[in-house]
Amino acid sequence: MARTANDTLDLNVRPPAGRVRARPALVVDEHTVEIVSDSGEGAQKCGQSFGSIAARMGLGIWTVEIIPAEIQPPARSIEGASGNRIRLASRRVTNGGDEADLVVAFNDQVMLRRAREGELKPGGTVLLENKWKDHPDPAIAAMYRDAVEEMKRGGYDVREVPLEVECLKLVDDPHRGKNMFVLGMLCHIYSLDIDIARDQVAYIFRKKSDAVVQANHDLLQAGYAWAADHLDLHFKVPPSAMKEAQIVVNGNVAVGMGVVASGMEVCAMYPITPATSASHYLSEIFGNVGGVVHQAEDEIAACAFAIGASYAGKCAVTITSGPGFSLKQELLGLAVMAETPLVVVDVMRGGPSTGLPTKTEQSDLLFACFGGHGDAPKVVMAAADIEDCFYSVITARKIAETFNTVVVVLTDANLASAQQPFPRPRLDPAWHCPPFDQTPVPEGALPYDWDATTGIARRFIPGQPGGMHTLTGLAHNRKSCVAYDSAANVEGVRHRSLKLAALQKSLKAPTLHGAEEGDLLVVGWGSTRGAIEEAIDRLCAKGHRVASMHLKFIQPMAGGIREAMARFRQVITIENNWSDPPDTGLIDADNRRYSELATLLRARFLVDVDCWSEVKGQPLKPGTVERVVLQKLNAEETQP
Amino acid sequence: MSESLPHCLLDLADDDYTIEDYQSAVPRWCVGCGDHGVLTAVQRLCRDERLPPEKTVFVSGIGCSSRFPHYLKTYGFHGLHGRALPVAQGIKIKRPDLHVFVIMGDGDCCSIGTAHWIHALRYNMNMTAIVLDNGIYGLTKKQASPTSPRGQISNTTPYGSRLDPLNPIDVTLGVGNASFVAQSVDWIPDLTHDIIQAGFRHKGFAFIRILQRCPEYMGHRYDDWVQHPERMLLLKHENGIHIGADLGRIYRNQQEHDPADRNRAREIAAVSDPIPVGILYRNERVPCYEDEQVPDTLNTPERVKSYLEAEFDKFTVEPPAAQATTRAGAPG
Repeated sequence: MARTANDTLDLNVRPPAGRVRARPALVVDEHTVEIVSDSGEGAQKCGQSFGSIAARMGLGIWTVEIIPAEIQPPARSIEGASGNRIRLASRRVTNGGDEADLVVAFNDQVMLRRAREGELKPGGTVLLENKWKDHPDPAIAAMYRDAVEEMKRGGYDVREVPLEVECLKLVDDPHRGKNMFVLGMLCHIYSLDIDIARDQVAYIFRKKSDAVVQANHDLLQAGYAWAADHLDLHFKVPPSAMKEAQIVVNGNVAVGMGVVASGMEVCAMYPITPATSASHYLSEIFGNVGGVVHQAEDEIAACAFAIGASYAGKCAVTITSGPGFSLKQELLGLAVMAETPLVVVDVMRGGPSTGLPTKTEQSDLLFACFGGHGDAPKVVMAAADIEDCFYSVITARKIAETFNTVVVVLTDANLASAQQPFPRPRLDPAWHCPPFDQTPVPEGALPYDWDATTGIARRFIPGQPGGMHTLTGLAHNRKSCVAYDSAANVEGVRHRSLKLAALQKSLKAPTLHGAEEGDLLVVGWGSTRGAIEEAIDRLCAKGHRVASMHLKFIQPMAGGIREAMARFRQVITIENNWSDPPDTGLIDADNRRYSELATLLRARFLVDVDCWSEVKGQPLKPGTVERVVLQKLNAEETQP
Repeated sequence: MSESLPHCLLDLADDDYTIEDYQSAVPRWCVGCGDHGVLTAVQRLCRDERLPPEKTVFVSGIGCSSRFPHYLKTYGFHGLHGRALPVAQGIKIKRPDLHVFVIMGDGDCCSIGTAHWIHALRYNMNMTAIVLDNGIYGLTKKQASPTSPRGQISNTTPYGSRLDPLNPIDVTLGVGNASFVAQSVDWIPDLTHDIIQAGFRHKGFAFIRILQRCPEYMGHRYDDWVQHPERMLLLKHENGIHIGADLGRIYRNQQEHDPADRNRAREIAAVSDPIPVGILYRNERVPCYEDEQVPDTLNTPERVKSYLEAEFDKFTVEPPAAQATTRAGAPG
């Protein structure tokens, strides 16, 4: 690393130790920081690095990307805000938290955006680039003044910071490098180790020249020193008690790692936000373990390619998002019908149609379960956090190959780009499925010899002597011959359906988080687990008798759910999708549309499950869950 | 040596296949359907090339012609309308040991699956694709297809099709990545066999269009050409198809055509009467996608473990136990 060569210089730019000591850091349990800029100014890199440095110091973190849909949205625009939110805590963090305590804004408009969306804590601190104040364009200068005024009226503590002026002392183009200056500032504000920060910066620019690394180190140090000299903001979030080594990645990288760990060899995909970065990661590494990423001509071809590879004995995955998932449906029906194992990862985003491509939503659940034509029983499971993204893919492959069927793994835009440390996996050879048994097929063995109890049939693949048959999407009998007669059709449909029951018998009952029985049970699925459980913890601490239950398997659903729901006076699902608010305007009991999991629970268990949901495109906040639960509890109390 | 000899003999015997080794169910195509002849030509090819049935996969879409795999005693994949090509690519990508054939109709290839056709040419994976082009939708009972002639009466064009047909050979030659392009007709089975054989032996994606009669819905479309052999143009070349003496006596209209000459191929393809038959274009130097894209590395549990451990190292943060003790006294 360039580190050694620069050791001397390093010492020269270190901030005077005395000044740092002059302001003792305020110890806090947790803090949430946002860095927002126009797209392309490096706020995301700054935020991710900040999170990584904090994680390396043992803090619990959760980072959330703030992403505009365009590559280059108009500069200084309200809608163009791009950046990162980092929640730091002295414990394991499971979600992005509530409002931010501190915001670094590269211009006044992106600052306004976050404030107006209610993402900043009332009275919170903003460090705002002040170069716009005296901008030659009077309109811009006026916008700046108005924005600062609006913020101050709103009770925010706005600190105007000469980011550009300071950076120009070190570099010619402050557009490239302001983010590292800010990173230095934040390292000082949060008492992060500057040496670890230097390592991180060197890592980010590892593919660049020593001169680039040096320039960024200088900016980092300068920001650190500037904050020490000019800001009275100084916090320390003590490290968590984590003892194990942790991996810090986002959900899409975790999916990619899961694909490798599962022993899959083929990933076929077509670019789509927010799923693609999983394939980016795989494209970079897959070849090292003999894997192939195929970028197909379209979503349909990607799915067909994966089915072909799986049929030939190389279990494959296709990774997509809602619109692509829609296009694949006909082929998923084929895979179900032909009983070809297949793993599909759907990184959900706001819909329908192109919807909110960069934002999170949980609206594909019913579609994943029932999307295809005909009776096409698929396994549907959802990842609850970053770690779960990794393990879900491994489990999905196991199920796909054991039951010869399609397994859909649902993640979402929130998990895709959020980072959270999780214990470094201890690789287990059993995750890697054994090679396909290609011994000659015994005389008389049939390609669809369905087991009467489980519905499972042994599969033959090309290359296996004696197993020759033609797989078909048409109704077929045990010999895989096209069969249109009623008996053969009923037999096929029944056995394919039976496999879900067989899987269901092997699933563990979901556990309760919070009270064992009581007034209200919150049921959730997918990426909302952290926020829901944190809210339940807060409510239990206040003496409420509430709990949450998180479903990993949606289709089939594990046993024990009915019993768990029965132990609470009320049940509500909280989800990131649409439901009509009850008894408003035209909405009544006969036409209310329930959110997706609530619909499933009501249908299956005949329990009057209520729901609350939102489609803001933002990760669910624990504070929101807390408020919803309290409202529900209070509403019940006020009823006669 | 003495031990291995019987083994050798056994292998030799095993490698000897007969047509019956590739015959499965009795075809249910209509009497007089051109598919029958192509099926026989393909079964002959399998026998002549000694293709182990378990190592051979026929992938098809949906339509009359796509029933093809059911009539062969090899592995078969009778999938979705239009999607035979990407399925076949998936099969081939990690299984170079398999001989992969794709059977499509004109609806499959030239209508619902057109995107896959163009990109299959681009990928140039080593497989043989045969389009059984009868110019009509048969299975769904007579609708115009993209290759139906102008004026074609059908259930969706009761007043006659108002579009000129798409010429699949012309289109294929227009894709710069194409590496093998040939055309045949179902009523000259020997030639069809030879052309499919050349396609099979070609390293890369062989695209073969076979004009094929549909006695039910397009009964007389090719009568003039069947009855007047001079309206067929046979392409011959030392690097292309050899035309035997018997065939040559019937089909006297022959032309020397070097399959390396792409421009000439386009000129020939642009003419639909006489119907050109033979190898229009061949280029053995086009790289195959699987050779470029698939790494040599084997996917083994050991390899995955060692690689992933190294990958985890990149993203691992150690809890700062050691650092924490040294820094515990720092102001804060």
